[in-house]
Amino acid sequence: MSAATVPASAGRGPAGWWAWARGVEGRRLVAWILSLLVLAVMTGPSGNNGSPTTGFTGSLLHPRVLVFVALGVAGWALSALRRSQGERLRRLNRSILALPQRAVADRRNRLLVYLVVLGVAIAYPLTLSGFWQQVLVDQIGIFVLLAMGLNVVVGYAGLLDLGYIAFYAIGAYSGAYWTGSLPVHPPFHLNPFWVIPLAIAAAMLAGLVLGAPTLRLRGDYLAIVTLGFGEIIQIAATNLQSVTGGAEGVSGIPHFSVHVGGLHYAWKLSNLPYYYLLLAFVVIALIAFHFLADSRVGRAFTAIREDEVAAEAVGINLLKYKVMAFAIGASTSGVAGLLSASKISFVSSEYFTVQLSILVLVLVIFGGMGSLPGAVAGAAFLQWVPQILRQHPLFGYQPQDLYIYLGALLVVMMIFRPEGMLPSRRRRRELALAERGIGTADAMSGSSDPAVGP
Amino acid sequence: MCFTHNFWNLTVQGLSDGFLYALIALGYTLVYGVLQLINFAHSEVFMSGGFAGYFVLNTLIGPRPPHGAGSVGTVVAGIAAGAAAGGAVAFLLERVAYRPLRRRNAPRLAFLISAIGASFFLYNLAGKEFGRNSVSIPEPFNLSTRVFSLFGAEVQTYEVLIAVSAVVMLVLLDRLVATTRLGRGIRAVAQDADTAALMGVDIDRVISNTFVIGGLLGGAAGFLFGLSSGVVYTMGFTPGLKAFTAAVLGGIGNIRGAVVGGLVLGVVENWGVSCVQSSWRDVIAFGILVLVLMFRPTGILGERLGRSA
Repeated sequence: MSAATVPASAGRGPAGWWAWARGVEGRRLVAWILSLLVLAVMTGPSGNNGSPTTGFTGSLLHPRVLVFVALGVAGWALSALRRSQGERLRRLNRSILALPQRAVADRRNRLLVYLVVLGVAIAYPLTLSGFWQQVLVDQIGIFVLLAMGLNVVVGYAGLLDLGYIAFYAIGAYSGAYWTGSLPVHPPFHLNPFWVIPLAIAAAMLAGLVLGAPTLRLRGDYLAIVTLGFGEIIQIAATNLQSVTGGAEGVSGIPHFSVHVGGLHYAWKLSNLPYYYLLLAFVVIALIAFHFLADSRVGRAFTAIREDEVAAEAVGINLLKYKVMAFAIGASTSGVAGLLSASKISFVSSEYFTVQLSILVLVLVIFGGMGSLPGAVAGAAFLQWVPQILRQHPLFGYQPQDLYIYLGALLVVMMIFRPEGMLPSRRRRRELALAERGIGTADAMSGSSDPAVGP
Repeated sequence: MCFTHNFWNLTVQGLSDGFLYALIALGYTLVYGVLQLINFAHSEVFMSGGFAGYFVLNTLIGPRPPHGAGSVGTVVAGIAAGAAAGGAVAFLLERVAYRPLRRRNAPRLAFLISAIGASFFLYNLAGKEFGRNSVSIPEPFNLSTRVFSLFGAEVQTYEVLIAVSAVVMLVLLDRLVATTRLGRGIRAVAQDADTAALMGVDIDRVISNTFVIGGLLGGAAGFLFGLSSGVVYTMGFTPGLKAFTAAVLGGIGNIRGAVVGGLVLGVVENWGVSCVQSSWRDVIAFGILVLVLMFRPTGILGERLGRSA
C-alpha cells in the first residue's frame, strides 16, 4: 500500500487532509491516539465519588498526556512503516518471533532446551531473596499449575470456564477437611499427601456434576454457568460458617510431610521446599498434559474443537470428551488449591473470587491457548510483572488497578493476537482457518442441534 | 409453605425486582438475537447507568430535596442520564470489543473472552475513577411512601416508579421492534444475517443500534436500581447474572420472553428468599438457571428474536 505515509495528500489543502483523515490511515492514526489516551487514563491518578472527574482531568489535561499522544503517533508511524515495508519487514519479524519455536522444533534440541529450563528452574531460586522466593511459590508456581489446568479446558477442548477458582476452593477445603482443620471433623485425619487423590476426586466430581448438564448446551451457557458457579461456591463457603469457617477462615492446616521408614521430613512455612514440591507437580502435569495432547483423548479434543459436526460424525462422543476435559481442568485446579492451602496453612472464602478465575484465564490466553509452553511461560511472566511493578511503580502503577490492565489485555489479545504470545502451531492455524470460514476453533456451538443440544 | 403468610408483599417486591431484571435482560436478548452471543459486558452497561444517574442527581438535588414537578423532572433526568450513559458505553463496547472480531470472523470463544475482558476493564476503571465505596443516590422524593395496598401488601412509590417507567420503556421497545425500519432491520438480522445483508440491510449499523437500544434500557435500569440499592463499581455483576438467567428463562433472543422471564424470576426469587436466609438469595437465581438449562433450555416462550417478536 502506497498510501501508508502522510504526504499522500499533503498538497491538497484542508479538504485533502480531511479526506485523508477519513481514510484508512487517518482512522488508524485516530485509533492509535485514542488507545493511548485510554492508557493515559488507566495509568493516571484515581478519582473518587465526590470528584469523579479528577482522574480524567488529572490524566488528560496534564502535560503527561502529550507523552501519550506522542507515543500514539509514534506507534501509528511504526505500524505504517511496517505495513509499507510490507513483506520484507514482516518476514524479518516472523523469523525473530519464530526463533524460540525453531529452537524447540527439532526433537533433540527440544529435549535439551527443556532440560536447560528445568536446570534453571531448579538452581536459580536458590539465589533469590526471601521475597522473590515467596512470589515464586504463592504467585507464580501455584498459578502456573492453575494455568496448565485451564489450558486443557480452554486450549485443548475450546470450552470457556469462568468459575475455575471454584475447583481450587474445593481442593483447598478438601485439604482442610481431611487434615481435621475445619469445624467439621473427618472420620480420620490424613497427611496432606494422602489428601491429593481425595482433592482430585472431589474437584473432579464437582466438575462432572456441573459439566454434565451444561456441556450438552451451547458453549456460552457453560461460560455463564461456571461464572455463576464460581460465585455460588464463594457465597456457600462464606455462609456455611459452621462448616467452612466462612470469611474469617480456618488456620492450622498441616504442612506436607513424609514419613517413610526412618526418613522424616516436613515442609514448613519456608518457601524453597514448597517451591520444589510445586516444581515436581508442575513437571508431572507438564509430562501428563504433553502426552494427553497426543493421545487418543487429546486428538478427540482437537477434532471437537476443529469441527464438532465432523467429530460427531466419525463417532466421537462430544459430551464425554467435553466433560473429560472439564474434569481434568477441575482436578488440576483442586490440586493447586490443596497445595496452596497447606502451604499458607489457612483457608478463607474471601480468597476465591471471580476475579481470580479471570486472572487464570488471562494467563492462559496471554501465553497461548492450547500451548503448554505458552501457558507456563505466560503465567510465570504475567504473574511476575505485577510484582516488579509493585516494587518499581512505572507510570504510577497502583496494584488495585491490576484488573484494568488485565481486562484491557484480554480485549487487545483477542483483537490482535488471539493465538497468544507462544502459540501452539496447530491452534494458530485453526484460528486462522476459522476466520476464513473453515472449522470453528472452539467447542462453542453445542451438540448436534445448534439451538438446544440432544 | 414459608412464603404464604406474606405472599402479596413478596409478590409486589418480586414484580418490582422483576421489572428491573426484564429491562437488563432485554439487553442480553437483543444482542443475542442479532449476534447469537452473550454480551458479558452488559452488566457494566448497567453499572455505568447507575453512576451517571448518581452524578446527575447529585448535581440537580441541592440541600433542599425537590417536590412536585421538580421531583418528577429529577427522576426523568436521572433515567435519561442513565440511559444515555448505558447507550454510550454499549456503543463503544460494540465498536472496540466486538466489531474488530466480527470483521475478522473470529471464533465465538474470542468474542466471549473479549467481552469478559471489556467487562473487567470497565468496572475496574469505574472503581479507579469514581472510588470503590458504595454511595447512595440522593432521593428525588420519599421512595418508601405508601401509594396503595394490594391484598394488604403495601405498594410504595419506588415500586410504582419502577413499574411505570419499565412498562413505558417496554411498550416503546415493542413498538420500535414491531413497526420501525430499524426494528425491521433487527428482526431481519436476527432471522438470517447473510440474507438480510443481501437485501440491503446495513448489518453493522443494525448491530450497533441494537447494542445502543439494549444499553439505553440497561443504563436506565442501572439508575433505577441504584436509587434504592446504592451505586458501586461492582454493582453490575449479580444483577447481570440474574438478568441473563431471566433472558434464558423466558427464551433467549425473545423480547417478550425476556420480560416474562424477568418477572417470573423476580417473583420466584423473592418467594424463595422467604424460605432461606437472605444471604442465599443469589444462589436461588443460579439454581433456577441451571434447572432451566437442564430441563427447558429454550425457555418459557422459546428462542429466536426473528420468529416471536
